[in-house]
Amino acid sequence: MATTYRICPRSGLQFDTAAEKLMRFHAVAGVLALLVGGIMALGVILTRWPAIKLLPADTFYMVLTAHGIDMLIFWIIFFEMAVLIFASSTLLRCRLAMPKLAWVASILMVIGAIMTNVAIFQGESSVMFTSYVPMQAKPHFYLGLILFAVGALLICFIFLGTLVVAKAEKTYEGSIPLVTFGALTACIIAIFTIASGAIILIPTFLWSLGYIREIDSLMYRVVWWGLGHSSQQINVSAHVAIWYAIAAIVFGAKPMSEKVSRTAFFLYILFLQLASAHHLLSDPGLSSEWKIVNTSYFMYFAVLASMIHGMTVPGAIEQAQRLKGYNKGLFEWLRKAPWGNPAFSSMFLSLIGFGFLGGISGVMMGAEQLNMLIHNTIYVPGHFHATVVIGTTLAFMGLTYFLVPVLFKREVLFPGFAKIQPYLFGLAMYVVALVMMGAGTLGVSRRHWDMAFAGAPMAYEWPGAAYLMMGLTGIFSCIAIVGGAGWILQIVLSILFGKKLEEGEIRSTPIPLTLPAPTTGSTVHPPATPGTMVLALIFLTAFILYYFVNWKYLSSLWGLS
Amino acid sequence: MSAILPPSERVWWNQPIDKLEFIWIAIAFIWSLTMFGMMIWWHIYGNQNLANETYKTTKEMFAAKAQAVVDQYTVRTETDKQVPVVKPPAGSDIYLIGRLWDWWPIYELEKGKTYKLHLSAMDYMHGFSLQPQNINIQVHPNYDHVVKITPTQAGTYSIVCNEYCGIGHHTMVGRVYVK
Repeated sequence: MATTYRICPRSGLQFDTAAEKLMRFHAVAGVLALLVGGIMALGVILTRWPAIKLLPADTFYMVLTAHGIDMLIFWIIFFEMAVLIFASSTLLRCRLAMPKLAWVASILMVIGAIMTNVAIFQGESSVMFTSYVPMQAKPHFYLGLILFAVGALLICFIFLGTLVVAKAEKTYEGSIPLVTFGALTACIIAIFTIASGAIILIPTFLWSLGYIREIDSLMYRVVWWGLGHSSQQINVSAHVAIWYAIAAIVFGAKPMSEKVSRTAFFLYILFLQLASAHHLLSDPGLSSEWKIVNTSYFMYFAVLASMIHGMTVPGAIEQAQRLKGYNKGLFEWLRKAPWGNPAFSSMFLSLIGFGFLGGISGVMMGAEQLNMLIHNTIYVPGHFHATVVIGTTLAFMGLTYFLVPVLFKREVLFPGFAKIQPYLFGLAMYVVALVMMGAGTLGVSRRHWDMAFAGAPMAYEWPGAAYLMMGLTGIFSCIAIVGGAGWILQIVLSILFGKKLEEGEIRSTPIPLTLPAPTTGSTVHPPATPGTMVLALIFLTAFILYYFVNWKYLSSLWGLS
Repeated sequence: MSAILPPSERVWWNQPIDKLEFIWIAIAFIWSLTMFGMMIWWHIYGNQNLANETYKTTKEMFAAKAQAVVDQYTVRTETDKQVPVVKPPAGSDIYLIGRLWDWWPIYELEKGKTYKLHLSAMDYMHGFSLQPQNINIQVHPNYDHVVKITPTQAGTYSIVCNEYCGIGHHTMVGRVYVK
């Protein structure tokens, strides 16, 4: 109980000192993982760029394994743990539950992350992010992941414990904020995800030690994707919560409807995890009925939820802007948005890219039959670079611009670079995702060292357009890497050398959250959001056209039954 | 109040929904149902559906079946590795083995005729990726996946492996002829 509370003079937020240290620790650990993953990205892309082909095959597959795991697991989950702590103890203005246990958990995560990285760089665990059996990695590859997962699971429970503390100690009134509700969604999905990971990785670890004779490859894929895909659903919930948070921080935006936004998050809890089926649509042994029900999140209820968030987040911004008087025409509210504020521009590029590139492509290739066009082609990484890089990473980067002064109490250095960084990184990534999907549509394989098939007795020749797309992937990935490296450098230097900012008042007791009186009587009726509706309809049109174009493409293939 | 604060109304559930927001939800819901229906519709009217027919098998059993077809219908061999080119009768069961690092054997099929293609792997998982058609199917060891295929255009096709299977993964390319 002997903790203190700091009131941030810049944001008015209240930080539990113990929680604050943990948040900084996880943010820094995440950025370090991003750094390693980013260096690996350079190795991956300079090898897949046909004109360069930098690394030999064995190094390439090792580097690709490290890239996948450091980015998709370590960077994102470390950062998400910081988000969970922020959304509970900071937004609810309470103490963090069990801070000592949280430190044990955090150390476990770091040990796990280092152990798995060591295993990968020793060179005998180049089994990719997915580590499909019967290909075997060294035991400490699996053990590191298990330790990391145990740590993350403990922090999920600490998040839930903190919600209980806040409720019991009455630090807020009524319902938890929408952003905390989104974080709760992420936490529930995370617990499901980590449980799936434990169910498959613990036997696989025992198999690598020789205690279990065989692991069925199909069973592995079914259970592993409960980890592999659901962990990306934690990201979706987390970055949607961050979209709402940034809209609230930058514009003071209020959700268009608490009921709608919360119901949409609830749909995520119910249906989002079914998406592990997306990876199994071209597998034997699973029935079409199972595939259709699961791949569609039981009638696309989670897609419905994302389409709702996709409208309510910009809708909330439009309402806030119109209330400020930006009322001219359909889009004055958007034109007059603070495009030079990196928190906003990151968030908006994340929203648009996630919807148009990641969302549409994901739903298309998640249709049972259409998946045959896409399965294991480089379209798949094209899709998920739109979801987890443009969607998640860019949103996290945007939030960090807000957190450096608030959490690290430092001024962001190089504000001029900060203005353009989201565009440099985000827009380059838009192109990367598009050209990778283009190459994938032509059939180019993912996780493949040489598209020229050097040494193959019966080599296949890809069309020239495929080489063009892969060359463009190389060029634009390098631009994105510059944008990403610039961000890391900027954040790290700001944290180390940025101008120190005033700490703010330190108290021994928390100040509970008091709400302004309900706005009865002279209620301001929220303005309509025609601009957002137009954007939504453009999105829908693109979605429908692209969806049916692919069915048309499918219908030209050989007969299969 | 904003999204980082508790809702200002204690009973937020009863607040009315914005009209445009409601219309969008209705549109999104109809589109969701359409996409769901599309997959079922294609099972009834479409010609490209992955079969549900799968058997548990062993590497030895599957290899023996493939060998029997190769012994019976081989017409010639190709490349230095003497890969058999097999011309099976239309409608028959044909077996394709994925292993480190080749697809074995080469089949010569007749345009417009249907074959029962059995897929299995001998070691790791492999990825059947028929190019330039772009049909992609996951191939597991110990599972015999039966796919009825009907080639619709003549030509020379390649089978690229698109599931990572080790250092020689990029050399794993097979062939199918359609005449």
